[in-house]
Amino acid sequence: MTTQTQTGRQATAAPAIELRGISKAFGPVQANKDISISVKKGTIHGIIGENGAGKSTLMSILYGFYKADAGEIFINGQKTEIPDSQAAIAAGIGMVFQHFKLVENFTVLENVILGVEDGPMLKTSLAKARSTLTSLADEYELNVDPDALIEDLSVGHQQRVEILKALYRQAEILILDEPTGVLTPAEADHLFRILEGLKNEGKTIILITHKLREIMEITDTVSVMRRGEMTSTVKTSETSPEDLAERMVGRKVLLRVEKTPAKPGKTVLEVKNLRVVDEDKVERLRGISFDVRAGEIVGIAGVSGNGQSELLEVLGGYQIATGNVAVNGAQIDLTGQHSDGQSRRARGIAHVPEDRQSEGLIMDFMAWENMVFGYHHDPKYQKNRWLMDNAAIRADTEEKMQRFDVRPPNPRLQAKNFSGGNQQKLVLAREIERDPDLLLVGQPTRGVDIGAIEFIHQQILELRDQGKAILLVSVELEEILSMSDRIIVMFDGRIMGERDPAKTNERELGLLMAGVSDKGAAA
Amino acid sequence: MDSFLQLILTLDMSIRLSVVLLLACLAGLYSERSGIVDIGLEGKMLIAAFFAAVAAFHSGSAWVGVLAGCAASLVFSMIHGVASITYRGNQLISGVAINFLASGLTVVIGNAWYQKGGQTPTLSGAARFTPIDLPFARVVRDVPVLGPIYSDLISGHNALVYIAFLIVPLTWWVLFRTRFGLRLRAVGENPASVDTAGISVVRMRYRALIITGILCGIAGAYLSTAQAAGFGREMTAGRGYIALAALIFAKWRPWYAMGACLLFGLLEAISNLFPNINVFGLVTIPVQFTQALPYILTVVILAGFVGKAIPPRAGGEPYVKER
Amino acid sequence: MDKMPKWADLFLIPAINLVLAFMAAGLVVLAIGQNPLDAIYYMIKGAVGSTSGIGYTLYYATNYMFTGLAVAVAFHARLFNIGGEGQAAIGGVGAAVVLLAVDWPHWTIALPFAILGASAFGAAWAFIPAYLQAKRGSHIVITTIMFNFIAAALIGFLLNGILKNPATQNAETRNFGAGAHLPTAHEMLAPFGIEFSKSAPLNFSFLLALLCAFLVWVLIWRTRLGYQIRAFGHNEGAAKYAGIPAVKITIIAMLISGGLAGMLSINVVMGEQERLIKEFVEGAGFVGIAVALMGRSHPFGIVLASILFGMLTQGGFELLFEMPAISREMVLVIQALIILFTGALDHMVRDPVERIFFRMQKRAA
Repeated sequence: MTTQTQTGRQATAAPAIELRGISKAFGPVQANKDISISVKKGTIHGIIGENGAGKSTLMSILYGFYKADAGEIFINGQKTEIPDSQAAIAAGIGMVFQHFKLVENFTVLENVILGVEDGPMLKTSLAKARSTLTSLADEYELNVDPDALIEDLSVGHQQRVEILKALYRQAEILILDEPTGVLTPAEADHLFRILEGLKNEGKTIILITHKLREIMEITDTVSVMRRGEMTSTVKTSETSPEDLAERMVGRKVLLRVEKTPAKPGKTVLEVKNLRVVDEDKVERLRGISFDVRAGEIVGIAGVSGNGQSELLEVLGGYQIATGNVAVNGAQIDLTGQHSDGQSRRARGIAHVPEDRQSEGLIMDFMAWENMVFGYHHDPKYQKNRWLMDNAAIRADTEEKMQRFDVRPPNPRLQAKNFSGGNQQKLVLAREIERDPDLLLVGQPTRGVDIGAIEFIHQQILELRDQGKAILLVSVELEEILSMSDRIIVMFDGRIMGERDPAKTNERELGLLMAGVSDKGAAA
Repeated sequence: MDSFLQLILTLDMSIRLSVVLLLACLAGLYSERSGIVDIGLEGKMLIAAFFAAVAAFHSGSAWVGVLAGCAASLVFSMIHGVASITYRGNQLISGVAINFLASGLTVVIGNAWYQKGGQTPTLSGAARFTPIDLPFARVVRDVPVLGPIYSDLISGHNALVYIAFLIVPLTWWVLFRTRFGLRLRAVGENPASVDTAGISVVRMRYRALIITGILCGIAGAYLSTAQAAGFGREMTAGRGYIALAALIFAKWRPWYAMGACLLFGLLEAISNLFPNINVFGLVTIPVQFTQALPYILTVVILAGFVGKAIPPRAGGEPYVKER
Repeated sequence: MDKMPKWADLFLIPAINLVLAFMAAGLVVLAIGQNPLDAIYYMIKGAVGSTSGIGYTLYYATNYMFTGLAVAVAFHARLFNIGGEGQAAIGGVGAAVVLLAVDWPHWTIALPFAILGASAFGAAWAFIPAYLQAKRGSHIVITTIMFNFIAAALIGFLLNGILKNPATQNAETRNFGAGAHLPTAHEMLAPFGIEFSKSAPLNFSFLLALLCAFLVWVLIWRTRLGYQIRAFGHNEGAAKYAGIPAVKITIIAMLISGGLAGMLSINVVMGEQERLIKEFVEGAGFVGIAVALMGRSHPFGIVLASILFGMLTQGGFELLFEMPAISREMVLVIQALIILFTGALDHMVRDPVERIFFRMQKRAA
């Protein structure tokens, strides 16, 4: 179903993009089901949906990365075949991927001309690109040093190079896939200004995101995707965040989790002046201090990439740091000499990592093998000095799968064969059942279906009510607000402030996450 | 003067020995710069050497030999391409298979055709590459110092030697001054960037492998029609691996590659001419040490103790579009 | 659910790969004007047609079990140990040094020490590449290749120098002596009234190789170390999260791998040659790669694949007698094709087969 939007002078023109009945399956997974949309020229159209809803697949089809199983694409009213990226570029489509497609050790200029060189020699192409880039930079606030190497640029600047690449190819339609995921709020604002500028020049922009705020802020129309289907398309001015959220998940979302007031006990985790310098000598944590007490959930809010991951890694034992960390009053070695994930577990720290597929689980291992992952030294899983007791582990796993409602409850199934939510339950079951003093949780509901989210939240709250200390890291503000007993906001490796969830709101937290503190702008 | 001539002789031999390494090394450079790791240089050279000798013998022309060598090497290069590009197989395993296949096929076919234990008939006359005298080589011979350097060291090599050394600047120019080079380097660093720019990763990589095949073909032909007078079993004797070592040593750069190959050629020349070197009558350096030195040096370089060798980032990984 | 049943992955795919490899090899035989069916007949006859043939087949299989297991253990940690050749060679030095050092009274006493020497030397030769990979990120494939050549040079140096038997012109050591003689299959089976070929080199090492295969199975699938090796091999990032020490696992896996490769010399140097000669490994280190690929890095599969490759090697010798137009190197061609089809061209067979199974499942559902 499509909606006609009236944007004045182009009311009668054919839509810039029209998709009819697009379907795409990857093996048994139906990523896109009979999708049709129409986007007016000179507008910003948002596509919103949860992770895995099929947004990126749809756009990859439009960009010629995948071939649709069925359906038609019309560009400016013309039926267009897009078998590869070359065809997409020829049709005036440019795409800015979530993970940039730049050659790290090339200059900006080299990246821009790659694929659209004028003739077999580079010299003329580079000269032409240099002058074009200068004029584009002036026109759209897209300033970057053309001779800088990509690896020396900030993420925000790298994204500008991607946009410049598209414009250099004379793209009339620009697709941006989750463009703000890696940006600081200031960079995101700058990006939105660029997009407004492009729109005013008559370019058509498609913005893929799962952030409601961005949709409301910048788009003219918005389509909602759910489980591979396009459920609705509406004018942004005629909808609300609550309405969109409901359309995204398919039913009313519980924005607040039911919970009793926390009864904080003694201090379990004490962090003082924690610093992390990464391999590129960039300071990721710039001396942060906080504590977490028994029986409370401390939520860490922030745009991803502001030091939260490093914090979890340090506490989880696989990132070297300086400063002091004490658990139950005892100091922890942070140098990596006498510490690793094993020694942390021995101290009663359990860790649900941010990325379950690349850290929390071994996807090729069976469920029962994953159930002892990290705890494989535990005496209760050993038959004798040399052998592991696989039968005991399987029995143990079966029991845990039952308790955490993992489906299907088959311990011999490989982790990769479970859905995202069930994979997360496997990790959670493993970590929570260790009865830890401190639970570290990163992005507990990322890519998890709505039913599992409630279950996972419930389990974490129950652990809190048993008097355990919980440190929750999430980029989802709603999750932080509803789960936490105290909220700490991080920005650029620092703590911007601490708030009581009952006495704050998304706006105030958003400002802190953007690096704006009570005392004025930071950094 | 005697030791000067000795030096000229040694350097002259180094150049002769480094040619095979240089061609193979540049062959590997194209492949690895495109993101395809190639440990099958050895096998491609071997099969090329065989077919070059066969074709040169039957046609009586060394140049026909080069063509046949290139064709054979190309076929093997394409097998590597099908395995590692089209079917996204393990490039190392494919390389191992290619080396095995060449070792086996050359002897099986050679024996079936000539019944000489895998050897091909001896080449003579135009079926071999002969030295070319550069202009004035005879005239200036008697000029002290510079004379012998020009007429004995620089002049008097066969055509393939000069071709090999000309390919060095050519490769540099292609790599850093042309559109093809830009795309080649990009595909080895980040194939996704090339793919999204509308260029076929598959086609780029196949093109690189075609060049690799041709260069390995020339290298093999040089072995059997210039350096030797016919094919002998296992005549590459690990040079493909030394070339690979030289490529790492050279950090995947053409000029450095020439330097590395000359150095390794010099080591081989020294081990040939002076098997056991006596240092001031104190220690005798065994010939095996000189022979192993290229490998030892490469390990030292790989260990990163002397300048880090950073390979093309996408090397060894088949390109699969992400979802 | 899985795309393909396990049996298809473990047996059907390797079987198809094998058939393709043999068909390609058959084309080569046809090309040189010979009958491939005759060739296969003579190879099989040569490999299993007599106790002598079987003795040789299993003797070679013993070598391939050691090197195949070596490659497989490293594979499980996602390390491609292409240096089996060099590790086996240096293992031979270890065995020789031990066996030459003492005038051994009986093989049962000599064997444990020889095993210790062979595996320790083999492991030591794998240690430097392992250390460089773990600590300095040097690509283990390249360093192990380099170490193969360095090993060859080192053996050449030793056999022309301190280890050389002054009584001969050849680059070899003196004989180890009667006390280091491993019982041959003939000697072991005679007491049971079984008449086994006297000439075949099959010896006690075969049982040792089977024992090693069992121990590797226990190691990989039953021990904590094996669990950690597999976890590390599947996902390095996750291993870090779980506190599995990368450096330690890399080095230990390579030490085991090198040690197993070194054990090859028990079969060849101690069991067959009874002295150290140059180039006794004869490419078994590389065949180990093919064996591990074919056997899916599982000890049981490796034993089967080793026997297959042993048959090939022995059959190749027989072929030379019966069909002189086909040289022994035909075996190399077949091995190469098997590596190519099972290793590098795996997707060529696997993808269509998966699709067929997927379609069948869809129809059934």
